[in-house]
Amino acid sequence: MMNQTVKSYEAHVHTYGRIWMVSALIMMLLVPVSMCVYFNAWPGVMPVLKGLLGVAPIYWTVCTIEVFTYAPMLGSGGTYLAFVTGNITNLKAPAAINAMQAADVKPGSEKGEAISTIAIATTSIVTTVILALGVLLFAQLAPVLNSPVLQPAFKNILPALFGALGVVYISKNWKVALTPLLVMIVLFIAVPSLANSVSVLVPVGALISIGAARILYKKGMV
Amino acid sequence: MDFKNSTFMYLIGGFVGIFVITQSLYFLIKAAKRGKELGISGDAIKKTIVSSAVFAILPSVSILLGLITLSYSLGLPLPWIRLSVIGAVTYELPAATAALNALGENISNPVSNPAAFSTVAWVMTLGCITPLIIIPLFLKKIQGGIHKIQKKDNRWGDLFLTAMFLGMIAAFLGMGVSSGLLSILTLISSAAIMGVCGILVKVKNVKWLENFALPISMLGAMALSILYANVLPAELLK
Repeated sequence: MMNQTVKSYEAHVHTYGRIWMVSALIMMLLVPVSMCVYFNAWPGVMPVLKGLLGVAPIYWTVCTIEVFTYAPMLGSGGTYLAFVTGNITNLKAPAAINAMQAADVKPGSEKGEAISTIAIATTSIVTTVILALGVLLFAQLAPVLNSPVLQPAFKNILPALFGALGVVYISKNWKVALTPLLVMIVLFIAVPSLANSVSVLVPVGALISIGAARILYKKGMV
Repeated sequence: MDFKNSTFMYLIGGFVGIFVITQSLYFLIKAAKRGKELGISGDAIKKTIVSSAVFAILPSVSILLGLITLSYSLGLPLPWIRLSVIGAVTYELPAATAALNALGENISNPVSNPAAFSTVAWVMTLGCITPLIIIPLFLKKIQGGIHKIQKKDNRWGDLFLTAMFLGMIAAFLGMGVSSGLLSILTLISSAAIMGVCGILVKVKNVKWLENFALPISMLGAMALSILYANVLPAELLK
């Protein structure tokens, strides 16, 4: 009897989870569609594909692996919600794990699933509210953000991000990082105009890096 | 009125926000009911809600700071929409850069026409859409035990992912190094601030900093770039 309620509850989660997730997918696609209709500005297929070339091979792989990694940890309900609202590694997963530890329930158990879903739902609401409040506040400050004094700051947003990310990743894996870094730096210094084709060079960099990592791995050097 | 910050864009943002909150409330209520059925006390459920809410504040402010760094080029509403659903600065910024590059435009300047703007929105959306397709189709199976397969040779799997990210970082670092002295100085500053944050977190055990290391490094380096631009002679910065 108990087993049957468990089963039907699981089935129920998958049913409404799927409905919400497909709705979220439609909503997310409607954002660019409605922008195109409203501004009467449809992008060409080529620029979108070329842009995607720079991010999709990496992020599709990462996102897929994230699903396999976090789904067993977060439980079904938690997974259906967390992957709509994002920020899983830095927010949803730690919040869910903390909550399960505090409530003394195990990940993967039924109680764990309930607690994890409650934690993920709460963090999603808090993040959404804080972002909305922040946007309202900063909308008032827009003229300040656009002042010429701040221009150098916004013009250097990419080095500001990748300097910080670089330190984290390179310090942990400097052996793997060495080859792609050298190749890319030499390439960009030799041909500075490549700065306009960075979206093509990202997959190239990734392939070089994966190749280097595989060789080091096979030789037992990493 | 700038199209990037038009009322229409804010309306979409509001709609997305309401969707996310509605879905979260639905799951929250369902899970709380289920928890009670399973014998979890109302008190424990309340505690979970309160502690998760508190836990979420710092990372959320950190996400907000990332949103602001994107706002110069893309306006406020689009980054707001993207960061309210799947997405993080570390993804949205490369995605926007790749999209604008494909059009011969640049993330360092405000996007000037709606066609480029919608291209950015499409790339941001499609570049990380996979979970929304995989999960409805396969989650049931994944939860059924398929995930065990993945554990085979996990070390190479981890290394593979890291290598992919390193490839991306190498490409963007190469671009940063070739973009002039100001770019190089910003890069070094950001790396240095991140290094200091890392030491404070690991050696001095300043836990709260962990959440803020990335936005602090980014905003700190961006602030320093203003200083460099004003202090260094113009001919050096060309």
